[in-house]
Amino acid sequence: MVDVYTFVSGPLAWAAFTICIGGCLYRLISLIVLAYKKERFIFTYMSFSYGLRSIVHWITPFATENWRRHPVLTVVTFAFHISLVIAPIFLLSHIVLWEEAWDLRWPALPDALADTMAVIVIAGCIFFLVRRLKLPEVQFVTTASDYVILAIVAAPFVTGFLAYHQWVAYPYMVIAHIISGEVMLVAIPFTRLSHMVFSPLTRAYMGSEFGKVRMARDW
Amino acid sequence: MVDTTNWDWSPGEKRIAFGEWAGKYRWVEEPAASPDGETVAAIVNIDEGEFSVCANGEQWESVFDKIWHLRFSPAGRLTALVSETGEWTVAVDGSPWEARFGYVWNPLFSSSGESIAVAIQQDMQYGMAVNGAAWQDTFANATYFILSPDGTRTAAAVQTVDFDSGEIHKFQEGTFSAALDGKPWDANFVNVWSLAISPDGSKLAAEVRINLYEYTIAVNGKPWEKTFSCVWEPAFHPTRNSAVAPVREAGQWTLAEEGSPIWQRSFVQLWQQAFSPDGSRLAAVVAPRYGRWTVAVDGSPWSVTFADMVTDVVFSPDSRRVAAVAKDGEIYKVVADGSAWGLALDMAWQPVFSPDGRHLAAKVEKNGRYTIAVDGRLWDRECQAVWDPAFSPDGSLVLLKSLEDGVYFRRVIPVADIAG
Amino acid sequence: MTEPAQQSETKAQDKGIEVGISKLDVERIEKVVTGVLKGETGARLKAYVETCIHCGLCSEACHYYLSHDKDPHYSPVGKVKQTLWEMIRKKGRVSPEFIKTAAVIAHTECNMCKRCAQYCPFGIDIAYIISVVRRIIHRLGATPLYIQDTAHSHSVTMNQMWVKADEWPDTLQWQEEEAQAEIPTLRIPLEKEGAEVMYSVIGPEPKFQAQLIYQAAIIMDVAGVNWTMPATIGWDNSDMAMYTGDNELMGRIKRTHFETAARLKVKKIVMGECGHAFRSVYDMGNRWLGWKMPPIRIVHAIEFYYDLLKEGRIKIVKKFDQPVTLHDPCNVVRGGGLGEKSRYVANAICEKVIEMVPNYEHNYCCCAGGGVINCGPPYKMTRVNGNRVKAEQLFSAKTKGAKVLIAPCHNCHSGLHDIVHHYGVGLDIKFFADIIYACMEKPEATEA
Ligand code: SF4
Ligand code: SF4
Repeated sequence: MVDVYTFVSGPLAWAAFTICIGGCLYRLISLIVLAYKKERFIFTYMSFSYGLRSIVHWITPFATENWRRHPVLTVVTFAFHISLVIAPIFLLSHIVLWEEAWDLRWPALPDALADTMAVIVIAGCIFFLVRRLKLPEVQFVTTASDYVILAIVAAPFVTGFLAYHQWVAYPYMVIAHIISGEVMLVAIPFTRLSHMVFSPLTRAYMGSEFGKVRMARDW
Repeated sequence: MVDTTNWDWSPGEKRIAFGEWAGKYRWVEEPAASPDGETVAAIVNIDEGEFSVCANGEQWESVFDKIWHLRFSPAGRLTALVSETGEWTVAVDGSPWEARFGYVWNPLFSSSGESIAVAIQQDMQYGMAVNGAAWQDTFANATYFILSPDGTRTAAAVQTVDFDSGEIHKFQEGTFSAALDGKPWDANFVNVWSLAISPDGSKLAAEVRINLYEYTIAVNGKPWEKTFSCVWEPAFHPTRNSAVAPVREAGQWTLAEEGSPIWQRSFVQLWQQAFSPDGSRLAAVVAPRYGRWTVAVDGSPWSVTFADMVTDVVFSPDSRRVAAVAKDGEIYKVVADGSAWGLALDMAWQPVFSPDGRHLAAKVEKNGRYTIAVDGRLWDRECQAVWDPAFSPDGSLVLLKSLEDGVYFRRVIPVADIAG
Repeated sequence: MTEPAQQSETKAQDKGIEVGISKLDVERIEKVVTGVLKGETGARLKAYVETCIHCGLCSEACHYYLSHDKDPHYSPVGKVKQTLWEMIRKKGRVSPEFIKTAAVIAHTECNMCKRCAQYCPFGIDIAYIISVVRRIIHRLGATPLYIQDTAHSHSVTMNQMWVKADEWPDTLQWQEEEAQAEIPTLRIPLEKEGAEVMYSVIGPEPKFQAQLIYQAAIIMDVAGVNWTMPATIGWDNSDMAMYTGDNELMGRIKRTHFETAARLKVKKIVMGECGHAFRSVYDMGNRWLGWKMPPIRIVHAIEFYYDLLKEGRIKIVKKFDQPVTLHDPCNVVRGGGLGEKSRYVANAICEKVIEMVPNYEHNYCCCAGGGVINCGPPYKMTRVNGNRVKAEQLFSAKTKGAKVLIAPCHNCHSGLHDIVHHYGVGLDIKFFADIIYACMEKPEATEA
């Protein structure tokens, strides 16, 4: 048991982080190289200010027409994404691990808040699942991989939540939590979760085209 | 080429009171000046549906229902497209051709200016006429009319097979060909564009589209063996009689001669290729990268590039120098051998080299007024209008034609007066 | 969970598509699809396909989707699923029947209006994806008949309407004569080198709507514009090759247009009230040729009227007294930022302007643009049924008092005409030029 824990929280974690960061960098660079090779004109239209203008609108809740049209979705989406990123980074028990391994530390979130965030992420996943199943326009374009991705994202939070509350088989939960977290890290660059990396680029490109060439707003 | 030795090259000034004509007519249209500068002429409206041409204050004897497209040929013959009782023809120095047509347009001059050709439509059939003589065969449609530089041959893309609009599959089998002096090739193509006649008059080349996707150059009806995803206009080598055209492969352009590439590198864009008069050099407008334009000579682009466009590439008569017009933002520039004059212009026309290639002059616009620039320096007069300058045979004098406060001026001055 | 309803309309027979697919087999399709995807697309398509999280948030952007009771087949991403995704998934090995459906979807169920790019959180450009599909259809020879015929017209005559070389200057001279009845000294100056402005129009103007050239000539004359029109090819700014995916032909047409302006040594090209032509000269054609921006400044009619009114070069005697509502054409407002100038012009010439909702960049497309109306009569009802939401939008503007609909774009004009007619909206449709011409100060007619 201890061996397994040491392995998944040691070498396997290393590997997961490496693959995640390396994979994201690889995807990003290869996309830029591809653009450079085949669509070099793109770079001549990229505008830092217009690209940023567009990104800022879209990462601000209710700042775009479409966010305003879907208030519930907007609240869920923002709460979900914020929690998804913030909770794991500022969770006390994660920070402790960083401190043990690297002697790095930063302020932690109160456990109750982090716990709530985990619930938000889980609830978000359920919301997205229901959306996929119930809304015809979403259902129509849903593929099996979309459910898999939802599961990949939900898993570390479900297991983490269970582990924290120590309701069932704590040691197994911890290991399941670590492994599912690692699966998610690895999945980021190689599934549609890569929208995390690509979306700022597509948004900035569209923002530049709309702002600089078309002189129109894209939100 | 026009012989300029017998022009009046004595330095000095001649005037014509062009502005006074306005009082005599309902309106006077844009004036044209003869190449030697001795004549200024304009279409004038006498009354409703009554037009004539006034040259140096003298009105043509004939009056027409409508006149348009007044131009001097390089030999100084004043031509216009004229209509009488619903029929059209060409009038040269006031005398209309005997032949009349349903419509005439697109007048073309040989380089000596002695030969004049025009596109014609008669009873909804299309063809050309040269010096008053029409092609024997006419066609359901014709486009891309050309006259050989020596003025002996004419050609156009012509429709040889009937089809109705909407018959797309018939059209795609090929309904167009090219006709030299009215005789079409045996071969038909989906499209035929941008023709060229070889210097010896024996070959006619054109861009052709073999099907919707394959382009190449056809010479006398025979396509090059190789096809491309796109091609642009062919041009003949002045002595070799072979056609050279820009071709596109894998999204990049290069130049090909009889189907094989002749330049080492490719470009984002490449067109308007021009041979030097002796045929030893070849220049073209190119975009070495997206959104930057310049001239490449024998495959090497100038290091200076421009944002908007490059046009009017011209070689000096001795083939040693190349000049062009470039646009950067709203500013036009004259560029010679890879370096731009330090003048920011509102507009620039195709530059003119002196016969020895030492001087370069161009008609330019600055601050809404027109003037002439020589070797990067502006003439100190700002005019209502100017015409292309011309150099004397020895290159020491320049002929300037201008309109200033309603007066037309013909001046011959030493080049040094402007160039310093 | 309900299985979404199948599209109910029976698809029209189209000889362009039918004959096209009859010559196809899976091998040939595979070759063309992979050829286009591998050879001609790059980072953009890759990023769009891989970033799309299948969230469906683009759906409500699309008037087809809204007009078809939210049938997901018509959502932007739904159309991509039915076309490109499937081609990618099957590595190009799709059936001729599939190509037929793809051709109908790409050509008649998307106006490439880019409204969805404003609704997708990632700015995924569905219009671009659809243009890739159309490119594939073109390479397969299965483009709808009417628009393919128009592309052929472009290829022969460099204009949209098979207008022959003599018919063009002849029409201009005829309009000049007509207009001289109103202003005896008026000219349409042909081939005037060095003029300030080259005025360019689309093929249908000389063919069917010569009065628009007449009106333009009057406006130019009264405003004292130093203008010209070419007597050669290159006068037409329209471009259906852009919409059939025949990029090489698009480039040829635009090159001819710009080189004609360059030959005439003009400072700017002023174009009539047309949207797709603006897109072609301002955004698409120039790019294929390697021009980052148009090499010669393009001024759309809206901007041109704005300048003339603002500088007082034309004066309005009496404002148009019927209440108007203003349609923002996608290609010039979402595609060229002319929303404010359009309103300035409308307010300068009309007593009362009633805004339709949504408006500016968010306006609903007319459903005619993007080449859809150019696919011809077989698809008229596709357009009309696909834009019920536009009729509703117009009805509500009418309820607020609007009597006239200004549509400063040819395609919008014709498309809205069909919609107004079919749904009985009862709005009179006009161009800006119609109203300017009617309300402007003109010199006293001197004719007896
Ligand atoms: S019609 Fe417009 S909104 Fe609909 S899919 Fe096409 S581009 Fe998007
Ligand atoms: S909104 Fe964007 S990400 Fe969502 S389905 Fe549409 S295109 Fe894909």
